[in-house]
Order: sequence, then structure tokens, then C-alpha cells
Amino acid sequence: MRHLLAIEGLAPTTIAELLDLAESYALLNRSGKTQRDVLRGRTLINLFFEDSTRTRTSFELAGKRLGADVLNMSVSTSSVKKGETLLDTASTLNAMQCDLLVVRHDQSGAPNLLAQKVEAAVINAGDGTHEHPTQALLDALTIRRHRGKLEGLTIAICGDIGHSRVARSNIHLLNAMGSSVRVVGPPTLIPAAIEELGVTVFHDMRSGLAGADVVMMLRLQKERMTRNLVPSSREYFRFYGLDAEKLAVAKPDALVMHPGPMNRGVEIDSAVADDPAHSVIREQVEMGVAVRMAVLDRLSRTSNYTAGARR
Amino acid sequence: MDALVSTGLRDTLIAGARVIDPASSFDGVADVLIRGGLIADIGTGLAAEDAETIAADGAVLCPGLVDMRVELGEPGREYRETIASVARAAAAAGITTLVALPDSLPAIDDPALVRLLLARGEETGSVTILPYGAVTRGCAGEQLAELGLLHEAGAVGFTDAGRTIGPARMMRLALSYARGFGGLIIQHPEEPSLSEGGCATEGELATRMGLPAIPAAAEAIQVARDVALVRLTGGRIHFAHVSTAEAIELIRRAKAEGLAVTCDTAPPYFDLNEIAIGEFRTYAKLSPPLRTDADRRAVVAALVDGTIDAVASDHQPRDADDKRLPFAQASAGGAGLMTLLPITLAQFHGGAITLPRAIELLTAGPARVLGLTQGRMGKGSAADLCLFHPDRAWKIEAGRMPGKAQNTPFDGRAVEGRVLGTWKAGKRVFG
Repeated sequence: MRHLLAIEGLAPTTIAELLDLAESYALLNRSGKTQRDVLRGRTLINLFFEDSTRTRTSFELAGKRLGADVLNMSVSTSSVKKGETLLDTASTLNAMQCDLLVVRHDQSGAPNLLAQKVEAAVINAGDGTHEHPTQALLDALTIRRHRGKLEGLTIAICGDIGHSRVARSNIHLLNAMGSSVRVVGPPTLIPAAIEELGVTVFHDMRSGLAGADVVMMLRLQKERMTRNLVPSSREYFRFYGLDAEKLAVAKPDALVMHPGPMNRGVEIDSAVADDPAHSVIREQVEMGVAVRMAVLDRLSRTSNYTAGARR
Repeated sequence: MDALVSTGLRDTLIAGARVIDPASSFDGVADVLIRGGLIADIGTGLAAEDAETIAADGAVLCPGLVDMRVELGEPGREYRETIASVARAAAAAGITTLVALPDSLPAIDDPALVRLLLARGEETGSVTILPYGAVTRGCAGEQLAELGLLHEAGAVGFTDAGRTIGPARMMRLALSYARGFGGLIIQHPEEPSLSEGGCATEGELATRMGLPAIPAAAEAIQVARDVALVRLTGGRIHFAHVSTAEAIELIRRAKAEGLAVTCDTAPPYFDLNEIAIGEFRTYAKLSPPLRTDADRRAVVAALVDGTIDAVASDHQPRDADDKRLPFAQASAGGAGLMTLLPITLAQFHGGAITLPRAIELLTAGPARVLGLTQGRMGKGSAADLCLFHPDRAWKIEAGRMPGKAQNTPFDGRAVEGRVLGTWKAGKRVFG
């Protein structure tokens, strides 16, 4: 594995190895110990073309805990407005001789393009509406810690599936690991032919949640309402917001997940989001750091990648 | 005589070619004598003293190709392509007449610009450039351009190029007004409110790749509306680069009804399907986007049954900066001149169409749609000719094609069909 650009195409054994490694880092993190020799002398750059404090912080912490030199580059629109292209940025990064490059971009496929041009290992930290692989890995790790497995579970992913890179990565990962995946949402937020990715589509929340082991909620962005994909947040919450009543049809010990940040009262009711009997939302954040440590560790060990060799 | 030789106008005898002229349904081995820029004779056993004799050795000789849809880059975007670079690429591709889209900078919405393009084509000495005029001023969709004056200046039809004439009232006006002088309106059929912001055909692949998508029905919806407006106005419409089964079926029915409806397609739509955009390959980002294989097969069927009148290159020159961007941000369009003939011939080699039909789609077909005298090779007509070997193989390689534009979706493809010589008004301009 030279880069981590997507979950699609990853072998189940690779996913399992990453989760096992992440599990060991989760235990290490909880013990308060560090392992700073893993990435000592390596440079990790967080290249964020789109704001995301929590993902950036998670990667930053992961890199630092493994001993990397971490730089954050927020390439908001300023450089782009000055005419700098993504490939100019790639050329700059090559000159800086960075080893690991974490990329967040609002365009699907942008990390793939960068990966063709940079020498560093590229990690996709979310690209457009395409994929967000480390989010899917941390979701899987969280589920596995609670259920002890991933195969044979029924998982409902609810909300704005069409615009969600989190949904796509999760669908690929959970299918690869033998879960049964449902997507739930109004038809305007469900993309064409999503069934071909191996999911069952529900437009009724109660049917979609019936008997589910895990209910994964997605963030609904306000622009979806201004574009009339849904009439109002009030109507959305009525039919697709997760509250205790809708959750009651899922398994009694169903896990409630959310990639954050949450719109309370739009896609999720506060009482559910904060219910310790179901919600594992905080644990997802914790597992995020462990998963990113595992990914950085794994990529730094790939055969065609040796720190300092090209310097 | 020396003067004539120095200008390339020496008599030429192309001997022993398989001459295919779909306009006259001629297909047979013959000699062709070129004298004074015209076809002086076609027959067997021709001889002419002082003529340069070219042994065709069984290669095919046909009218110079007529490409009815080319973006020039000039004026305004010379970094993409210039008229001189287009002319070089056209000659190497066997194209002797090309029709230029009007969405340049400025747009071709003024008679003086039509005359300028005609003259610039003449200057190249190797290709006839016939301009389309804009339907609306600046191709902006708001105000009707001076269609009559553009027509008088030599515009062969009217289009807003890659922009759909969206409002029904504007299309009705254009069709009605142009009817007054027999003008043809060329439409880019994509219902704008459905296609806005999209860059791939809606379906499994676009969903998987997370790309903003356009439903295939956007094409059929536009065609259906415009056919209704043709019925209303009695005007003439031509649909450019049709790509979906549903739209083609609507056109088939409109033709059966006797309406003045024609259409063309471009090689990517009968040779490639949407899979070509996998791995976010921006060279395969086109407008309209590549479709499913079922749609591709419907395009092939329409080439066979005559629903599609012509194949155009749809040449859209783009440079690296236009294309080396994330997929949705990259510019749509592919270079098409060099691949026009071989990719069309692939349908012949694959057994879908005959060789004469392939050539008809590239010569008499587009000429008939636009009412041109080109695209035929009768005695006394201008000696615009293309000599090619249908079986000779070569590999399409971006970066090694003539012309500036290298953004071909067929990069790396092995093809059969090599141009050996191109003559423009009797002058050998390639080979």
C-alpha cells in the first residue's frame, strides 16, 4: 500500500490488519505511553483545502504521537485565487521533501491527482463527495470494539447519502467485511444506482432502522435546504431525524454514531446523541486518532518508501 | 508550367485506388486525374503526360473529409489551438473542410467575423474553414444575433456551440426567424437545469466516484422539446453529438414524421463508454459526458440505420492547465481531428458498418446536412481528396499528434486506418 486514497479496492485482510494495528494504538493511547520512534525524522504535512478542525487535529495528534514533524498547511482559496494549481502545490511539496501528505479537498479525485505527482505517501482525508477512508476505518474500529466483529451486522446509514464521502467509504468497508448495509433517506438525497454498491435503500426511517445493530447518522448541510433537496429542517427532523422513538425499532443495544459535527435537532435529537446507552460518538473521535496512527505507521513501512533514502 | 509546379498545382494522377464516393454511390477501382485544382477525370486506364503519378496500390481514395464541428481556439484562445495548427492537424487527418464553432473570444456573432474566418481559412491553403454564426449575441442566450446578416456573410448554420439554447421562447424565435431564409439551427441537447454543474452521466459510476452527475434523460428532454418546436415553427434543427438511446429514438421518430430534423455524433460516443473516466481521467471528460454501454450501442445502431446523419470530430482543444485539475473542475472536451477517421473506421473493422457508409458519415453526410458542395468527388469538382489505407495500424499517442491540442480520450489506443495523402484544391497538403 503506497497511498490511502480510498476504501474501495482495499482487501478485507488489509482492512483487518489496519484495524488490529489501530486497536493496539488505541490501547497505547489509553495507557498514556507514546511510541515516538515510529515516525522519527519524518515530515507529515496536513494539506487542507477545506476547513476541518477535527480531522486535521486528529491527524496532527496522530503524527506527533508517533514522533513525526507535523506541519499544517491551510491552502484555503488564497493560493488558488492567485492562480496556483494543485500541481503547483505538489511541486512545492516535493521540494520540501515531505514524507506523508494528508489531503482534504472539496473536489472528488483531488488526492488521486496529487498522488500521481508527489513523492510522499498520500492519505485522503476527505475528497469532495468521493471517499473519507480514515473515517470509515475509525467507524469500523468503534463498531468492532463494541460488537467484537463486523461480519453479520446490520448497519443503517441515514441522511444525506448523495453528498456523503463518509457514507461511500463506509459502504465499501462494511460490505467488504461482511456487514449488511442499508441506506435511509429521502429520494432526493439518495444517489442514482446506489444499490449497485451493495446496499438496500429505505425511504422510511422506521423500516430502515428495524433490527439494526448500528445507526450511523450523517450531517445534513444547510445548503441542501436552500437547494430544495429537502423542504425544511423541521420537516427533515420529523421524518429523518433520529430520536428515541425511531431508535426504538433498532436492536435494544443498537449503537448510535455520527461523524460530527452534529446538527442537533436536525438530523439527531440531543437526548439520543448524549445517551451513553447507545451513543458512541465520543469514542469515534478517540478511535480516529488511533486509526490515523495505524495508517501513518503502515504507510511509512511500505516497501518502496524509506525515509531519508531519496535525500 | 514552372510557376504552376512551384505553387503545387502540377497535374496529378492517382492510379489504381479504390475510389469511394458515397455522394454518387461510386465504389470501384479507378484512376483519378487532377488538373488545375479540379478533378478532371475518373476512370480506368487514364494517362496524362507530365502528370505526377501516384500509385495508390489499393488504398482508398475518397472526398476530403468534412468535419462539421470544430472549436478553433482562434480568435481568443490561441494557447489552445490556432487556425494554423488546426490546419496542420486537419491535413494530417484527411480533413479538407471544417466548420468552426462560434464560441470564440469574441463570439462569431458579427458578419465581419464570419468573413474573417473564411479568409483565414483560405490563407492556410490547406483547409476550407466554414463558420457557424452564433444564435444569440455572444452565445449568451439572451438576444438573437443578426442571423440574416451572418447567413449572408457565409455562416453555414447557427449554434451557441456547447451552450444549450435553453428558454423555449428563444429556440422558437431562432427556428422561426431562420426559416425565413432556410437557416439551420444546431442545438447542444442538454436540458440546462438538469445538466448544470454536472460532469459525468448519472448512475453507478458517478455515484461511486462521488462526481456531480447529469441524468442521461437531460438529452432526451431537450430533444423532445425542440422537436415539438420544429413542429410548431416549421424550422430546421440539427442536434449535435447525440449520445443516448432515448434521444436517438426521439430523433428517429421525428424523421419518420417528416420533420426537418438531423443529427450527428462524435467518435467517443460510439467507441467509448463512461468507464473511460475511471481513475478520474480528465482526458475522457467530455460534454456531453460519456454514457453507459447500452447508450453507446444505441449510437452504433443509429450509425447503421441512418438515423445519425454525420460523424463530427467535436474537436475541443484544451491544454494541460485546462485538464490537470480535479475532475469536476477540469475543462470538458477532447481533441478529435486525428482520431476522426480511424475511430470511425473501427466500426467498419468491427463489422457494424460498411466502408462506404463510414466514409459517407464523414463526407456526404455532413455536407448534405449543411447544404455544402464539398464532400463529393464528381468530375469538375474541386480536388479535395483523402487517400488512406484502411488496414494500416498506428497508435494514438497524446503528445505526438499534429496540432497543439493533445487532450485525446483515445490516448494509447491502437487503431487501423492511416492517411497517406490529402489534397486541397489539387494541392497536396499532407503525405
